[in-house]
Amino acid sequence: MAEKELVISKIKEGTVIDHINAGKALLVLRILGIGPGSKETVSMVMNVPSEKMGKKDIVKVEGKFIGEEELNKIALIAPKATINLIKDYDIQKKFKVTLPEMIEGILSCPNRNCITNSREPIIPRFYVFVENDRVVAKCYYCGRKIKDVDKYIV
Amino acid sequence: MARFRHLISIDDLSKDDIVYILDKAEEFEEIARGKKSNILDGKILANLFFEPSTRTRMSFEVAMKRLGGDVLNMTAQEASSIAKGETLADTIRVVSKYADAIVIRHPLEGSARLAAEFSEVPVINAGDGAGQHPTQTLLDLYTIRKESRLEGLKIALLGDLKYSRTVHSLIKALTLFNAKIYLISPESLRLPEEFLEELEGDIEIANLEDVIGEIDVLYVTRIQKERFPDEEEYRKVAGSYKITPKILKDAKEDLIIMHPLPRVDEIDPAVDRTKHAKYFDQAFYGVPVRMAILTEVMVD
Repeated sequence: MAEKELVISKIKEGTVIDHINAGKALLVLRILGIGPGSKETVSMVMNVPSEKMGKKDIVKVEGKFIGEEELNKIALIAPKATINLIKDYDIQKKFKVTLPEMIEGILSCPNRNCITNSREPIIPRFYVFVENDRVVAKCYYCGRKIKDVDKYIV
Repeated sequence: MARFRHLISIDDLSKDDIVYILDKAEEFEEIARGKKSNILDGKILANLFFEPSTRTRMSFEVAMKRLGGDVLNMTAQEASSIAKGETLADTIRVVSKYADAIVIRHPLEGSARLAAEFSEVPVINAGDGAGQHPTQTLLDLYTIRKESRLEGLKIALLGDLKYSRTVHSLIKALTLFNAKIYLISPESLRLPEEFLEELEGDIEIANLEDVIGEIDVLYVTRIQKERFPDEEEYRKVAGSYKITPKILKDAKEDLIIMHPLPRVDEIDPAVDRTKHAKYFDQAFYGVPVRMAILTEVMVD
């Protein structure tokens, strides 16, 4: 924790996402729908030295407790991420993200011939699971498998 | 209680479900050959073909009519004008108000899965792009069981193993029955590595001459001309995969030859007269198999 405090200060209240794979913090924000126009105060550090991971990223979202279901979507790209929910500078709850069985609306199907890429009133849906130590996704509609999920995050 | 409401992919069926459908199809053979029936009297099937099809569409229609039901046909031509600007979801919502079940063929993968989501009535996938065509797989399995055997089977799949959806679904289903599967194709049309990775089974790449004496079934597929960069390349490949009576002289007595049809040059017409040729029977078996499926989803 000491290393982290050198870079960004503690937050009074909100959500801290730690142990994000180095370089993935921006994608984490994208998955959580945080971007231009978002009102939260967000701080982010990338490539922080970490004993466990070599290097890691950290994201802090102030004044907002992000729901567990929402946070678990992060497991898609940062399966080792840990979540700290902070209140009055104290950790209220700490947990590791768990990969959901299915995700909706985060990925787009790489199969150009997939029905989800046409003008239909549906949200792309994917089964997600771990295969050979990496997270892979499989389109619920066309069955196409995505091995490099990073590339298809919308 | 029906075993399934929709039939979208062969992967949605267990081995037990498959055997159940094949057994049921057996009971419909007489009706498929013309014996009167009114099991589906008063029921209407909507055939939604967004892509041209002859055999599949006709055999669904025959199956429905011989069971006393009626059919609404939407051809590819009508589909393009009716569906102009309309989403598939909307077309399905409307048609499912008219009919008791929907059969759909559509050029986009996953379209049948989508249709099932928006339909108030059962949906049967009759081919979604390069995706699934489960009724073809079931009729192939039926033909194999009827004309050869499903357990302990040795089968060679020959031709375009890369793009053929028929082949992909059939291989998956055959692994459930512990078949020994030989794959025979030109280098450029081999089964995709990614697909092979997912399979657990006794699968081997082979040459036809090496295995012709031991296989029970030779499943031939059309080599699609449009897949080749040039005519010359196509001719070379197509020519090397032509089944002739000469190739069959080393075959087992009871070898059967199957083909999803239409065939082009893959099987010499002289083979039609041999006892091995079963592809036209195979086309007929589509009728009792589709009867089994239609009654499963439409009769309580």
